[in-house]
Amino acid sequence: MDIVLQQLVNGLTLGSVYGLIAIGYTMVYGIIGMINFAHGDVYMVSAYITAIALAILTFFGIESFPIILVGTLFLTVAVTGAYGWVIERIAYRPLRSSSRLAVLISAIGMSLILQNYVQLSQGANQQGVPTLLTGALRFNVGDGFVQITYMKLLILFISILGMGVLTYVIQKTKLGRMCRATQQDRKMASILGIDTDKVISTVFVIGAVMAALAGVLVTLDYGAFDFYVGFIIGIKAFTAAVLGGIGSLPGAMLGGLILGLSEALFAGLISSDYKDVFSFSLLVLILIVRPSGLLGKPEVEKV
Amino acid sequence: MSQTVGINFKKSSIDALIAGFMALILFGPIVGVVLDGYGFNTEFGKVAWMVAAVAIGRFVMSSFLQTERGIAMAFRYANNDEGVEVLPPGHKSKMVWIIPLVIAIGLLVPFIASKYVLTVIILGLIYVLLGLGLNIVVGLAGLLDLGFVGFYAIGAYGLALGYENLGLGFWSMLPIAAIMAAIAGAILGFPVLRMHGDYLAIVTLGFGEIIRLILTNWASFTHGPNGVSAPLPTFFGLEFKRRSRDGETFHEFFNIPYDSAYKYMFIYIVLFAVVWAVLFIKHRLVKMPIGRAWEALREDEIACRSLGLNHVLVKLSAFMLGASTGGLAGVFFATYQGFVNPSSFTFFESALILAIVVLGGMGSTLGVVIAAFCLTVLPEMLREFAEYRVLMFGILMVVMMIWKPRGIVRVTRTGFAAKKGVVK
Repeated sequence: MDIVLQQLVNGLTLGSVYGLIAIGYTMVYGIIGMINFAHGDVYMVSAYITAIALAILTFFGIESFPIILVGTLFLTVAVTGAYGWVIERIAYRPLRSSSRLAVLISAIGMSLILQNYVQLSQGANQQGVPTLLTGALRFNVGDGFVQITYMKLLILFISILGMGVLTYVIQKTKLGRMCRATQQDRKMASILGIDTDKVISTVFVIGAVMAALAGVLVTLDYGAFDFYVGFIIGIKAFTAAVLGGIGSLPGAMLGGLILGLSEALFAGLISSDYKDVFSFSLLVLILIVRPSGLLGKPEVEKV
Repeated sequence: MSQTVGINFKKSSIDALIAGFMALILFGPIVGVVLDGYGFNTEFGKVAWMVAAVAIGRFVMSSFLQTERGIAMAFRYANNDEGVEVLPPGHKSKMVWIIPLVIAIGLLVPFIASKYVLTVIILGLIYVLLGLGLNIVVGLAGLLDLGFVGFYAIGAYGLALGYENLGLGFWSMLPIAAIMAAIAGAILGFPVLRMHGDYLAIVTLGFGEIIRLILTNWASFTHGPNGVSAPLPTFFGLEFKRRSRDGETFHEFFNIPYDSAYKYMFIYIVLFAVVWAVLFIKHRLVKMPIGRAWEALREDEIACRSLGLNHVLVKLSAFMLGASTGGLAGVFFATYQGFVNPSSFTFFESALILAIVVLGGMGSTLGVVIAAFCLTVLPEMLREFAEYRVLMFGILMVVMMIWKPRGIVRVTRTGFAAKKGVVK
């Protein structure tokens, strides 16, 4: 019983992280109808920037955790946002009118570029960051106990906050209205005076920022990362996006939670070696049974 | 009235400034601050060079795009996604002369090349096979398959495990691996028939990863990351070893001195023959209705289906044929290495094969052959740039898609004309 509860807690935090990254996929898919293949690598870059920001902040002798956290978040979000913008500029914008296959291949190229750029400049070894926030809440359950580390609480808090702010921005602000209009009909939106190129750029930046939030939180919690982490977590976040219904924001969050919970339970109860196989199989299964996801609208083929 | 186009240097400078600033943000942290444990070393000199290069490059590009020529070029590259080029009927291909020449040179290679060169060429030919296989799926049928390495792994592990558990050798495994990979292709193909484009890409990517993860984790069967040894090919039962436990070896039978290059010569010749066979089969298939159907599917799936093409059959056949070629390549890879382990079958390998197809020209056989050699042999020759290889592939893929989405060698096809006397 305590194992199940513990895995539920772990799955919840894992799922909120997947949800954050899935937002990037879902928003880009919603607006230009294609998968941003380099999104997982944006997450990977943010993990590196987190460690670099941490190293710089400690170099300047800053010790207090809140300042370090805010400083790292700020730096990582800013730099990773710039990555999102540049990726759109280089790999997507010149290909607006090309076939989907061309865009997809260019995105895969971008993903390779990012991976190798980081590997060449930072080395292929696994990197790590020190543990900054220690301590945990413990609850006795039966003859065992369930523990929630403060870091996991922080992950939950920040990701819920991030998703809340984003939902507000999309639902209530002018920028959000522009995004939704562009998502519905890009041509019409641009006729009505919306700079759709700018909106698409913004969406890429928002996606990158959300991935950066996830990157900071996971790196601070887990500690270790290398240039390859973006690949696996990218596919998983994509699975989450598809599970919830790609193109739908609440869907991404819901999908992330479901995937995180089921993966944690699978790892805890059945086998942790095959947990990635489980996620990938889940992806294939969802796409076969319900390609539009839980909250998505079915795709209509236009002729 | 002639309109003079002047270069607006102010605009170029602003563009350069923005690009330089973005480069500073992008390169600054990752290149400039190199992590070293929990501390870091700085390399600001490198960052300064990179930022300067980006800013100057952007300035030059921005200025050039304002000239008349630049505008014309930008316009040309904005819409260059045309389909197949059709040659006039009765066009005589130069291939009639080139093919026998290439075969003759190819047959001479093992006798003049050194062992090292031979191994590199074998690797190149293995990638030619892989490229041809993926070319059917991506280039001809337009189904983006990112898990192609899975079929390659099936072939390679098929040989290694088949030898270990069932005692199957190279020759019996060659057809079996092709069939096994084709079945795997069909298994993958069935569920993904309803998908296209991006979904298909991700599902196939997941499939490739599932195979790799199983190879890594199922240690009791596949020996996990330690890998399995694979057998060498035999020449009518004669082994290419110095000494054999059972019976004579190749050099003893022919009474020639032992040379470790014999086995590579043999692999090369078999591989050479298989590549030509695949080339021939593919060449014929493209002209047959099934090949035309693949290409039609690539250009417009909905139109195809509304015209009555059975898209299930078309997609499955592309998947299965592509996969079986990948399986063949896997068998050659295993016997060439004498050893397989999961690290040879990562996503990067899939991306490399995709780069071959993309660079060579989607659907173009000649292009794929050239690209396979360029992307595998060149990095061997330029050893000192080996670490930049993947970066180059990435840049190549992005640049190619912007510049020439249909690859270097455009697909051409001879047009049909009515026979004389048939049409009045």
